[in-house]
Amino acid sequence: MANISIPPTLVGSARRERPTIESLAGPRSRARKEKFIRSIFFSAALVSIAISALIVISLVREASVFIFEIEWAQTWGQNGWFPRTGTYDMPTLLVSSLIVTVVAMLVAGPLGLGSAIYLSEYASRRTRAFLKPVLEVLAGVPSVVLGFFALFFISPQVIERIGRNGWWVIGAVMVVVYVLLVGGWARRLVKRDIETPIAVQLKRVATLTVLVATGLVLIWWVNNVAGSSDVASPDFFSVKRSGQLAAAAVGVGILTIPLVASVSEDALASVPDELRTASAGLGARKFTTTVQVVLPAAVSGIVAAFIIGISRALGETMVVFMAGGAADAAQFTSSPFDGGLTMTAGMASLATGTDNVVGEGLTFQSLYFVGLVLFVLTLALNIAAGRFVSRVREQY
Amino acid sequence: MALTTVGGASNATRRVEDEIFRRGRDLKGTSFRSLMLSALGVSILILIVLIVDVFVDGWSVLSTRLPDFITGTLRSQSSSDALGISQGLLGSLWIAVFVTVLSFPIGVAAAIYLEEYAPRNLLTKTIDIAIRNLAGVPSVVYGLLGLFLFVQTNNGNSTLYAGGITLAILVLPIVVITSAEAIRAVPSSLRQGAYGVGATKWDVIRTQILPFAAPGILTGSLLSLSRAVGEAAPLILVGAITGRLAPRGGSFVSLDQLGDRFTAMPIVIVGWVQESGRDPGFAAAAGAAIVVLLALVVMMNSVAVTLRNYFENKRG
Amino acid sequence: MVGLRTSSKKTLKGQLVSAEETTTEVADVEVDRTVDVIKEPVPMEIADEDLVFKASDLSVFYGDFRAVRNVDMRIKRNEITALIGPSGCGKSTVLRSFNRMNDLIPTARVEGELLYQGVDLYDERVDPVEVRRRIGMVFQKPNPFPKSIYDNVAYGPRVAGRKKGLDDVVESSLKKAALWEEVKDRLNDSAIGLSGGQQQRLSIARAIAVDPEVLLMDEPCSALDPIATARIEELMAEIKDEYTILIVTHNMQQAARVSDRTGFFSVEVDEENDRRTGLLVEYTTTEKLFSNPDDERTENYITGRFG
Repeated sequence: MANISIPPTLVGSARRERPTIESLAGPRSRARKEKFIRSIFFSAALVSIAISALIVISLVREASVFIFEIEWAQTWGQNGWFPRTGTYDMPTLLVSSLIVTVVAMLVAGPLGLGSAIYLSEYASRRTRAFLKPVLEVLAGVPSVVLGFFALFFISPQVIERIGRNGWWVIGAVMVVVYVLLVGGWARRLVKRDIETPIAVQLKRVATLTVLVATGLVLIWWVNNVAGSSDVASPDFFSVKRSGQLAAAAVGVGILTIPLVASVSEDALASVPDELRTASAGLGARKFTTTVQVVLPAAVSGIVAAFIIGISRALGETMVVFMAGGAADAAQFTSSPFDGGLTMTAGMASLATGTDNVVGEGLTFQSLYFVGLVLFVLTLALNIAAGRFVSRVREQY
Repeated sequence: MALTTVGGASNATRRVEDEIFRRGRDLKGTSFRSLMLSALGVSILILIVLIVDVFVDGWSVLSTRLPDFITGTLRSQSSSDALGISQGLLGSLWIAVFVTVLSFPIGVAAAIYLEEYAPRNLLTKTIDIAIRNLAGVPSVVYGLLGLFLFVQTNNGNSTLYAGGITLAILVLPIVVITSAEAIRAVPSSLRQGAYGVGATKWDVIRTQILPFAAPGILTGSLLSLSRAVGEAAPLILVGAITGRLAPRGGSFVSLDQLGDRFTAMPIVIVGWVQESGRDPGFAAAAGAAIVVLLALVVMMNSVAVTLRNYFENKRG
Repeated sequence: MVGLRTSSKKTLKGQLVSAEETTTEVADVEVDRTVDVIKEPVPMEIADEDLVFKASDLSVFYGDFRAVRNVDMRIKRNEITALIGPSGCGKSTVLRSFNRMNDLIPTARVEGELLYQGVDLYDERVDPVEVRRRIGMVFQKPNPFPKSIYDNVAYGPRVAGRKKGLDDVVESSLKKAALWEEVKDRLNDSAIGLSGGQQQRLSIARAIAVDPEVLLMDEPCSALDPIATARIEELMAEIKDEYTILIVTHNMQQAARVSDRTGFFSVEVDEENDRRTGLLVEYTTTEKLFSNPDDERTENYITGRFG
């Protein structure tokens, strides 16, 4: 045993006087200081409640004026959103928003989920370390950049080149199949039998995607390389020049890819490795493990990723404002190939006029009414997504 | 007889080997894998095409007069030699200042409260829900808030501080959430060790939690900063587009500018894109401005991501 | 002594009560723990001035759930007291209530009385920070701060506001923790680079640097190899004259080797809701507990028949 000399600075425990309630209470200044610091942090946390309250107050206050003063009978079916002249047709904005959101999710859903699956299940550590930051860079691209890109590239190079009818066919096929898939999936979810059919469905998605991609290339080739301008006759293939909802929607979709990818990847990562190991131990191939074990286990999180994506697409402003093909007013349209205003773009364009929002009558209030509708919709979506996310957390 | 047996056996052996070494093509697996890879590939390809497109569009400006472009001002003709983005850069710089001064301290403090102090009660739950939902509120709605709070109360005049505070509010939830995550990653053994030798809560926060969580907090802060610098919708709502920020009293940056009308990089871009219908030369200017903005934003993001990866690796 | 023998045959509660009754009579009995083979148990009585902790009817709750119930214990100065028992029996929970570490768990709550040298530790005026400066703690897993060795040891004195003489404190604490010779040339190196056993001794040095009266050790050797464990046990014996030590261990041999008194905890399961509550089954001198326990459950546990 080592010889240990203990310097006189430290003596045995006898040196301390017996504790009293006062000595154990500690100095009062310390308690005061701790309390003061706590109150600073507490007030910082309260700021978020104050902001939430202010948002609700400002929206409700102005929107209620609009709601109570507008003559609703006149507004519905007025065929257009011309706030400066008192024409407030909400369906004009709502349908455009719906179009943009659906098309955006057709882009962001498969690309985001596919990226997530590859990164989480297949990529080696090194590939992952390299590719994931690239996706994160995409997440950081400002929306005005996507607006520019949608207007000057996607619209002329992608949307117009493939043409209205080409897109209609492809879009319709995609929508129908997705609806069937989601419907089937939902039915099985209700029946609590979500294990096996996903493989089959993913195979269908895969086949479909390949088909659609081939179709796109084919049409582009026919329109441009085979180069017969006779085929692309103006009234048959043409779309609205200088921006249209479809181009804006693709831009919004690109913006949404990283979000869908990162939330899905979190969901996949939260699936415990034991499940993968167990599946592999039973002799399953990677594909079977991924499709029949990992994806079903992560399904809540993936649903959450899609809902969050929808909410993000619904709230995206600048891309539609810049590339949506409508200035500060819009006719009603249900075609993605026309110019249009979504709720968000409608608000932005209303705010950019030279008269600085102070238009006639209820113009200013209409801004807040649209804002309130948007706020309620996105809030509902986010709450729903939160439910799904917490379901994943409870499971594992 | 003997031959067939041998042949049969080697056949079986080969089958088993095929099975084990997967010589028999796993077509399904391979095609699924490549499909997933192509999803990632397409996403990355889009990013590359985007960057190339922006460069190509802005090249005529970038290659000929980049220095003048950075120091130049907003003009009505794209052919003007003095056309440039100095006002936009200045406005964006001011926004970064607002976010740094307001969002970072408040956001980090709120995160500390939620992770280290908050008792489990209704109020805490409310704060938590508020922050999570604020993070999902569309940015344009924050613009409405800014319009209501700062512009309407100011006789409809849009000013620099209106835009700055609005964007600071916009990114606050991001700062709180990322900081809270970084704080949650601090091992509880460090807290316990510190409390165990009689550290007060503030001691623990100051000496253990903040140093350990600093890289994560910094990463989140940088990401939110780049988000604020790239954000346009709320600024349009608070009226930035009609504003022009000019140097005051001979100096480029001055506190007097706080009450001025202003613009910012994304707003400059939007404005030029809209002008390009009338004067196509503005499209090139917008492209060049985007390159500058992207350089700023991507730089901030890359620093943030690299920083995070570095510390993640360091801690295993 | 004879009275003690009889009282020890009573129930645990009865034993403690009788011990209290006879305190004054046997206050001057010398506790001789150097005897190798002990036929007669060390007396349970503790004189008032040697009584460090007195827990009476102590229960710890997590929310509505009672983790440990009705613990009665008296801890004597400059002794090593071991708490043993199967996992989930609440021995660590009890240990943590002794310096109010349980306060860090938001739902934790203590009922009953816990006196520290006569002062109620759970009096609302008491500041847990002050308590922890007098009652230090060493944890199950070595948890050095990601700082230098020097800063680890100096951490406690620094947060207590001490600025001068830190070098001396660091040196003497490391010497007491038998780590000085190994690290004196690299005090500014990161503590993370030390071996597990060294890290744990560093944790002990860090704990004694604030000059506490009591050291609580929560399975301090469970993450260490046998050699490092032996080193820590040696160390405990060395510093015992200066500190009162409570150690939680899952290792019965360790408890038998190092401690003067041992408390055995067990679990009772509520059949209705499958909740497990810990309780103190038997608390007596180590010699008696391991040679001649009163309670059948203790007997079963120490002979390995525990179910």
